[in-house]
Amino acid sequence: MSTKRPKSTTTTSKGKDKKADESSAGSVAGSGHPNDILPLTLTSATQELFGCRCDEDVTGDNPYKILRKEDIVQDMRMRAAVSDFSPMKQLVLDYPEDELLLVYDRDFIYGSSFYLVLTADAKERHLKPVVALGVEVALEREPSEVFATQKTSEPQPWISLGSEQEIEEESVTDSRPRLKYRISRVRREFGAPIFFSDRNAMETKDGFIECTPYQDKNFSLKQMERHTGVQTIPNLKSSSTQTQWTYPRSMCTQYEPREFSEEKKENCLQSEKLKNFVNSVASRFEMAIQQNEIMDVFFDDWKALSEEDSGYGRKADPHLKEYQSFTDLHFSKEKTISNINWHPTINGVIAVAVTERLSFEDRINGSTKLLLNPSLILFWSFSDPINPQLLLECPDDVFSFEFCPSDPNIIVGGCMNGQVVLWDISTHVEQLQGTRTSGGKNIAANTNALQGFEDKRENETPVVRYCAVSGIENGHKAPITDIQWLPGTFEVSRMGVPMENKNGICVQIVTCAPDCCVMFWDIRAPRVLQTMADQRKQKVEEKPLENPHGVPNTFKHLDLTWKPLIRVSLPKIDTSGEYSPLKISLRDNTCDNHTGSNADRAHLNAERSEVAPEYALLRVPSAKQLKPLEDICTRLYAGTEDGELVYTDWKLEKDNDSGRLFSAKPSHRFIIHDGQVNTVRRSPFFKDIILTVGGWTFAIWKEGVTNGPIIQSSCSQKKCTVGYWSQSRPAVLFIGKEDGNIDVWDLLEKTHEPSQTQNITATQITCIKPWIVSSKQHLLAVSDHLGTLHILEIPWTLRSPSSNEKLSMSKYFEKEVDRLVYFEKRREMRAKEKKDYEAEELRKKTEPIIPEKQVEQILEEAMKEYEDYLSLERVILKEMGLLPDTDKVDI
Amino acid sequence: IATFLGRKLQPRPQNEVEETLKRIQGQKGVQGIIIVNAEGIPIKTTLDNSSTVQYAGLIHQLVMKARSTVRDIDPQNDLTFLRVRSKKNEIMIAPDKDYFLIVIQNPSD
Repeated sequence: MSTKRPKSTTTTSKGKDKKADESSAGSVAGSGHPNDILPLTLTSATQELFGCRCDEDVTGDNPYKILRKEDIVQDMRMRAAVSDFSPMKQLVLDYPEDELLLVYDRDFIYGSSFYLVLTADAKERHLKPVVALGVEVALEREPSEVFATQKTSEPQPWISLGSEQEIEEESVTDSRPRLKYRISRVRREFGAPIFFSDRNAMETKDGFIECTPYQDKNFSLKQMERHTGVQTIPNLKSSSTQTQWTYPRSMCTQYEPREFSEEKKENCLQSEKLKNFVNSVASRFEMAIQQNEIMDVFFDDWKALSEEDSGYGRKADPHLKEYQSFTDLHFSKEKTISNINWHPTINGVIAVAVTERLSFEDRINGSTKLLLNPSLILFWSFSDPINPQLLLECPDDVFSFEFCPSDPNIIVGGCMNGQVVLWDISTHVEQLQGTRTSGGKNIAANTNALQGFEDKRENETPVVRYCAVSGIENGHKAPITDIQWLPGTFEVSRMGVPMENKNGICVQIVTCAPDCCVMFWDIRAPRVLQTMADQRKQKVEEKPLENPHGVPNTFKHLDLTWKPLIRVSLPKIDTSGEYSPLKISLRDNTCDNHTGSNADRAHLNAERSEVAPEYALLRVPSAKQLKPLEDICTRLYAGTEDGELVYTDWKLEKDNDSGRLFSAKPSHRFIIHDGQVNTVRRSPFFKDIILTVGGWTFAIWKEGVTNGPIIQSSCSQKKCTVGYWSQSRPAVLFIGKEDGNIDVWDLLEKTHEPSQTQNITATQITCIKPWIVSSKQHLLAVSDHLGTLHILEIPWTLRSPSSNEKLSMSKYFEKEVDRLVYFEKRREMRAKEKKDYEAEELRKKTEPIIPEKQVEQILEEAMKEYEDYLSLERVILKEMGLLPDTDKVDI
Repeated sequence: IATFLGRKLQPRPQNEVEETLKRIQGQKGVQGIIIVNAEGIPIKTTLDNSSTVQYAGLIHQLVMKARSTVRDIDPQNDLTFLRVRSKKNEIMIAPDKDYFLIVIQNPSD
């Protein structure tokens, strides 16, 4: 519709205006309509045909309906004049496009219910709801312009509906006049050099802008996941309670056991019940007790067996090893050692008595020379093998000497001339002890009263003179061969009765000599001479400096007046005369068995009397003051010059007639040895076993066994000169020989010969003394005829006892005793038998002779016997029914 | 006419008891014998008083315990003899209804 175009442009301009007046659309509706729209009315059939029924397909909200031009054309053809579109046929045909817009005009804005949009532009305007009303209005106008007679619109006067205000608001207008500024700068300042200066940022406010750190929450991670392990444990709970505190209180009860009174006990004992009980129970006990006796079921045999093998490795050398030997060229040249003694307390000190090696005749001949050479006792110390430590001067050759057991500083010796000598070495004891430890002659430290005296003789061995010697007429008449201290447990009174010893120290000595006497001496001052002794003591006190030769005053009270307490003689049993004892052995009434070292015992003694008692002040107490001791065995064994062993009692008996004391005859005497008895010694383990050595044999005796020695050795090749028991082994003894051998006898091993023999020196052995230094060291001191002292070490085999050695030995001794007893019995029996036999013989011989019978008588008797026999035979046969005659008769 | 007034009858010979005890005492190693009644009071002893009382008290308890042990295990059983062997000696106890006899012996001698 080309004609429409220009109109459309005008309408568009109109539309613009109309747009401005969109609100006035309602008011325009009745009067006119736009040119490009055509209002029309559609019948219901047409509405149904094109699907634009009122209020069904098209509504107020949706008024637009697109119709196809071809449909409209077809409808016009079909329904020609009836169709609603017939009035606008031409318009429709002219429509450029294929589709036409039908708008439902509900409000009859353009005068009809529908209007058709005739131009494409209007269609688009309608469809594009920029301003729906405006477009509507524009659209309304168009059709009205086109349909109706064209009216030219007259411009209406502007009616302002208040939109100017909005426009004004929208537009930008200056609220105030614009300010104008003019900035200028001096020309010369342009391009000037620039000067920089420093300025502290802190000075001025806001000189710097700080960028303070802050915790950015982005960076603190929250752990959303966690891997944990969990373990269950028992629920622990600690709690406390309050208890009632009971405070402790000391209390005690005293009680005593319930006991029956005597009466009640008697009653019980009488009761029948008890009797029955005891009877019934006794048999069980007897069985049990005997079981125990028969065998010890708990004894471990296996263990006991092993003890013997404990020292297997050490059994190598059973020989006595030479430890040291002492000989002095000056003092013991051409002399012999007669006796050895170990110092009881000081280790390593040994004393030897040195005597001349001369026979009696030679002595007499050389007596003058002898007087010039004093006899000595030498003290040797292990630390110095060349020089003796101390010399004791003796009036004559000493054959035996002993240390006092309770005070080792006192030494008693018996001389050849029968005197008893006492020495006190207390001043030199430190020296002896000192040399042992220091090994040199260091006497500077000693503060002695004799200091000045000893200074002169620093290089020489000190000599100690004897402090007391017995009177020659009171002592023995023969050389004293044995001297012993009585143990401190008892003392002997003047009556010869053993009394208790209150002091506990050894104060008495026993000596014996071949003058057939055994004497008892007391080192205390005798009471009888008390007054004189006091005087003497006073004298001594007045003249303290009178101390010739540095002799201590210990025994001044005895010097030269010493007399024996009692004198025991040994009259012979069968004949007159007396035995001449060489060695004696008293029963040691105190000791049991000392298996420990001798030093222990000496220490014990030392403890008892730490301070050496003042012997001068001791007095022999009166016999009434002391209690006599009953259980002291007062018997002694004495070995004699003739090889006998005499067993006697030293208790003196009172002769009723004369009131004099005399000694009883010895109870027993045994002739055993072929020579002088040179040793009578008790075993340290058995109180009643005694060893005697003499001649070529030795013998062991048991006290109380009077048949003879229980063991007697066979004769050896050489003479036995000395013997001694071992101190640690009950079964071992040492025998010294004439040829310098030592025989070691182990009685449990061999009894027919020594278990070992060892040669020590070339000459005869004069003395043997063993000594226990420590448990590991046992020494044997052996002296020989040449004056040399040998110290030997006892090997392990000889010093350690085997298990139960003592028991075995005691059993052995018992066996031997039984053997002796048996022999004795046998002897008796034999003697009896012999006697009986002889009696028998005698009886036979003295029987009467029967006369011979006559021949005829004999014949007669024979015939009678024969006839008797025949008759007897007949009788027997008859009884048996074998007699032939009678049988035949019957038949 | 002999009167018996004021004169005790000769005690019935307890020779048997004495004899038996002597016989036991005479065995080798026996150190002592004690007869104790059922309550633990010693009736006759060869040891000194303090030892007797000590032995009686202690052994009585031991025997009671031993006897109850035996009977607990088997009620028909009863203790006949108890021997306590120590290092130094052996104590033998024979219990009875009313008394016990305790003997101390040193077996190895």
